[in-house]
Order: sequence, then structure tokens, then C-alpha cells
Amino acid sequence: MAPRTLYEKIWDAHVVREEPRQPSLIYIDRHLIHEGTSPQAFAGLKAAGRKVRRPELTFAVMDHSVSTKNRDLPVVDLHAAAQFEALEQNCKEYGINLFDMHSQNQGIVHVIGPELGITQPGCTIVCGDSHTSTHGAFGALAFGIGTTELEHVLATQCLTQFKSKSMKIEVRGKRPSGVTAKDIVLAIIGKIGIGGGTGHVVEYIGEAVRGLSMEGRMTVCNMSIEGGARAGMVAPDETTFAYLEGRPFVPRGKDFQIAVDFWKSLVTDPDANYDATVELQAQELAPMVTWGTNPGMVTQVTSRVPDPLSFKDPVDRKAAERALVYMDLKPGTPIEDISLDRVFIGSCTNSRIEDLRAAAKVVAGKHVAKSVKQALVVPGSRTVKTAAEKEGLDTIFRDAGFEWRDAGCSMCIAMNDDVLPSGERSASTSNRNFEGRQGKGGRTHLVSPIMAAAAAIEGHFVDIRKWKNLDGAE
Amino acid sequence: MEPFIKHTGLVAPIDRVNVDTDQMVPKQFLKALTRDGFGRILFYDWRYLSGEKPNPDFVLNYPRFEGASVLLAQANFGCGSSREHAPWAILDYGFRAILAPSYADIFYNNCFKNGLLPVTLTNEQIDELFKRTESNQGYRVTVDLQQQIVTDDQGQRYSFTIDPFRRDCLLRGLDDIGLTLVHEPDISSFEKKHLRVPSLQVPLDIKYHSN
Repeated sequence: MAPRTLYEKIWDAHVVREEPRQPSLIYIDRHLIHEGTSPQAFAGLKAAGRKVRRPELTFAVMDHSVSTKNRDLPVVDLHAAAQFEALEQNCKEYGINLFDMHSQNQGIVHVIGPELGITQPGCTIVCGDSHTSTHGAFGALAFGIGTTELEHVLATQCLTQFKSKSMKIEVRGKRPSGVTAKDIVLAIIGKIGIGGGTGHVVEYIGEAVRGLSMEGRMTVCNMSIEGGARAGMVAPDETTFAYLEGRPFVPRGKDFQIAVDFWKSLVTDPDANYDATVELQAQELAPMVTWGTNPGMVTQVTSRVPDPLSFKDPVDRKAAERALVYMDLKPGTPIEDISLDRVFIGSCTNSRIEDLRAAAKVVAGKHVAKSVKQALVVPGSRTVKTAAEKEGLDTIFRDAGFEWRDAGCSMCIAMNDDVLPSGERSASTSNRNFEGRQGKGGRTHLVSPIMAAAAAIEGHFVDIRKWKNLDGAE
Repeated sequence: MEPFIKHTGLVAPIDRVNVDTDQMVPKQFLKALTRDGFGRILFYDWRYLSGEKPNPDFVLNYPRFEGASVLLAQANFGCGSSREHAPWAILDYGFRAILAPSYADIFYNNCFKNGLLPVTLTNEQIDELFKRTESNQGYRVTVDLQQQIVTDDQGQRYSFTIDPFRRDCLLRGLDDIGLTLVHEPDISSFEKKHLRVPSLQVPLDIKYHSN
């Protein structure tokens, strides 16, 4: 057999049916759903009198609109309440596992999937959410789908898909201190552009990627979609197997060994070809900060807000001009001079226990700057929250002036009441700095958890590399 | 799904690259239970001032683009969130086709599932169309999926390529799920073979959650 990439191996293992000149029918191993994009799919299913084919392979959670304050109070937002109720009803009717807002396992869909071991190497995983690419960190083929496709998966456990092209992104060498997984992926997006990965499934390789923990790999794969890629993946290795062993939905005993043997086959063959290749040197990377209104508008913390005139392409120039107006930034302003109104540590990109540990290390014994109106820490899941509280991280954050919240998507998408007010500026560990993303008129700068933490303390961006005692805080 | 065969209509231009789906349907409108009525809120934050007063500076509010049904756009249209509410809103507003140099993957897929035709043309062709739309009041084009051409009444003619399967589904207004269910026996036999791998089996801890 011809040498194959990891992507091709997983693809081939899931083809139910293929015909020349037609998309393939591929099997879906795990289907994750949430309240926001599923109601219309169930409605469609019902209208057509169809059933859910394999309810045990679908997992539901409430995350997008949940309150991060008090869950015991009635949901004030009637539209959100109706979606929660619809999800509950639909799961009950079709026999789907639901982690509702009161479940101890509740959290952001892309945090709980891996955490519970629902996400496993070699699986195809889909969800009505673009950040499904997160799960690719385990060597799974995971991508976001629309509501009609969601309905298709419910009804058939399959999807009609065209095969994507493959892209290899290699990050060579060791990551310098203060440079996190978030900085790696922001640098990648800065390099390839937000449409650079369109039509491709990315495989991340190289020493700097191998050196990341599973959580770091999830951060990188999570933002694959911000580079336009259909999915991002990292081949599973000992780090992956060690993370998975013992998690609730992972096979045990002899079955775990059988699984590991299978997972070990999930690597790209030595002579396999990729359709595109990108290379970065880890040593050249620095903490990154976005200055514009998409994740590709990004630069190093030591640099300045770019002058739109410096863009050769007139289309890019116009986009930069518009972005600077929206962001209320002047060309040439040092990034470190940008002051902030709010800080958000959370989202499916950066809300896992290692993110919180790293941020806590930065803020321990210090206090949020007076000029900062709000600094939020929103754990990605209740499991993360409980673990963090056990370690006393909640106390560290609270003592430093942060608010410690319950799990959910929160101010990444602002569908609950955690909103960035118009005209205000945030340092956010989330994934999108689109206009209005965190609230209409809000201005978002994407950064790593340690950069967000340090910005909260100083009231403006700072180069985290200049801070001491950062060992392990990346 | 309503078939798309051929459509003639007024062109409205959105001259921005990387228009993300958050702009098409902001998050506060994602709390719906149905697919209906999103046209009113399409491009909400750009289209309305406070109190839902139409923003006179936004192109879709120009009187000359009232009733437009072909959306002319720039590269990487529909990037970001997978929300299918975006094509629902574009369709419900009255657009039947989009003309752009490129689209984000998920958005592109979602269009086809709803009978909205995203036509891909070259950068030069799109630039020319922007010029024509700008300089001709009431500029209309015909998008013919059968023949795979975009034409105007000044004799301009652009052919485009599209995947034959997608084209066929749109022309016939086919429901994907119905098509797949025809292959149920294939799915069943695949499952028997595929699910022998322990980690691909039905998850073990199905009763794990504690609600």
C-alpha cells in the first residue's frame, strides 16, 4: 500500500461507501452536541419522522449560554432557557447522554470530550461548533459541522464528505520560556493567514509540538479553524496514552492495551506526501498579541501596532485600516502600551487546569491593576473547577482580585451575561477577536493565559518573558 | 430544499475580505429554536444603529440595493463559526446566490445544504463585478447553475466550476439525509466490522454521568 498520512489512515478507516466523482460517506464515531446549534436539527428529524440511529454515540452538554454565576437560580434569559429545555427534552426523547448545567461533568464541549475520554485517537468526531478541531490533538479526525449536517449524523451516524487536502505544519526546535501553545498557534495563523488552511486538514509535527502536553496540543488544534483549516491533528504518542488511561469512557485493562496497539499505528508513514508544508522555528517565537479583528492580525508583544501602509496588498491594507478604526488603535503604538479594561481567562482554547495553574502562578501574591474593571477566570469544566479549587487556585485568583466562576463558554462568545461592554478593551485567552465577538463594540486582544494574567496585574500588555519565577508557567 | 437552477437578480456588494459568520448573525440571535426569520437580523451590528434604526452607511441599506438577491463578496467569505444561521439569514433576507473569490469550508458546505448557491469566480472577475455593480445603477446578473455561467445584460459572461455532485443536488433540491438512508445496508455492514476495535466501540461508561 502506498504511504499514507495520519489523516488518510483515519479517513480510509471510516469510508462506508465511495464512488468515483462523488463525496464519500464516512462513519462518525463520536457526535457532540450543545444547546446552541442542535434544536433545529432535532426539529428537522422530527418533521421527517426519523430516528437517531446510534444515540449512544452522541453526547450532549449545555455550555454556550449557561450562567457562570449561580446555577440554582432560574434562567433569566427566556430564549436561553427555551434552548436548555429543548436540549433536555430531545435527549430524553432519543436516549442521548446529557451533561446538563447541574451535572458535575458539565463544561465546554471541547473541554469535557477529552476530559471524559470520549475523545480518542483514530476516531471521527464532529460537533456543531467550529472549534471541534480541538479533539484532533488526540490523533482524531475532528471538525465542525452545520446544523443540517448535525441532523444528518443523528439520522445516519454518517456524513457525506469530500476529502480535504493535507497540510504539514512543522514547528522545529524547543519552545523558549514564556512562549506557550497559544503563541505557537497564533504565530502559525499570523504566518499562513486566516484563510491559509482552507480546504486542508493540518497535521502538526516537530519537536515543539511533541514537547507540548495534551492540553497544549488541544490549544494548538483548537485554533486550526482560525487558520481556515478543516481540522488539525497531532499523531498520538505516549503523552496521549498516559493522558487517556483511566478516563471514564476509555477502554480498560486488556482492552486498553488493544486500543494502545491500534493507536500506535496512527502515524504518518515516512514517505507520505502532504499537499502543503509550512515550517516555523520555535526559537524565533515570542509571546503573541492580536491587534486587529481577526486572529491573523497578530504580532509579537515587543512589537508595535502595524501601519496599514506597510501592507503591500491593497485588500490587506484596507482590512487593516478598518480593523484599527474598530480597535481604536494608532499605527506605531507599542503593544506594551495598550491598556486594558477587562481580562478574560477561559474558553475552549485556554481554560484547562494547566492554563489556570500557569495564570495563577503569575498572579500569586499580586493584585489586578486598579484600572482594570473586571478580571474573570472561567474554568472550562466543572472537573477543572473542582481540581483547581483542590489546589487552592481559586483562592489565589480571588486574592489577586479576579472573579472565580462556574464553567461555560462565557465571555468568549458572550451568549450569557458575561459581556465586554462597547468601547472597552479586553485581553482574552479565547480564540476570536472578530468585531463584536465578546460584546457589540468590544475590542478583543487574544493572548495566552500567562500574558492575560500579567496584563491584568499591570493594566496593560507586558512581555511575560521579563517576569521571574515562570518555571512551569507555560 | 428548494432547487436552484437559474436565478436573475439585483447585485448587492459587500466589499470586505474575511467577513466572518459572527457579523452575519451575531451571537444574541443564536438562541433560536427554528430556522426561520433570520433575514431581519442579517449583518445586524453593521446594518442597524441603536434602536434598530437602519444604518444609512451600510451598503444593504442603500435604496439602490433594495431587493437585491445576488450577494457579491470578497475572499474567505463566511469564515469563523460553523453557525448555519448565517446561510439561513442570507437566504431569508432574499439572496439566492453569492459571488466571491473564496469561501470558508464550513460556510460553503452549509450553503449547499440550504439551496443557496456560492459561486466561486477569480479575483479579477470579482473585481470587475464590483466595478460594474458600482457604476451601473440596478446592476443585475443571471446565475445559471445548469450551464455554470454568470451573465449580465451587457454581454459579460463568466463561467464557473463547481463540484458535479453538489451541482446535481442543488439542481434537484435533494435532501442529503434521504440520499444517505438509501445506503442503510452499507452503514449496517460497516458498523459490524468497524466497531470491533475496542476504542471505537460504543463508549463503555454509558451510565457514567450523574445528572
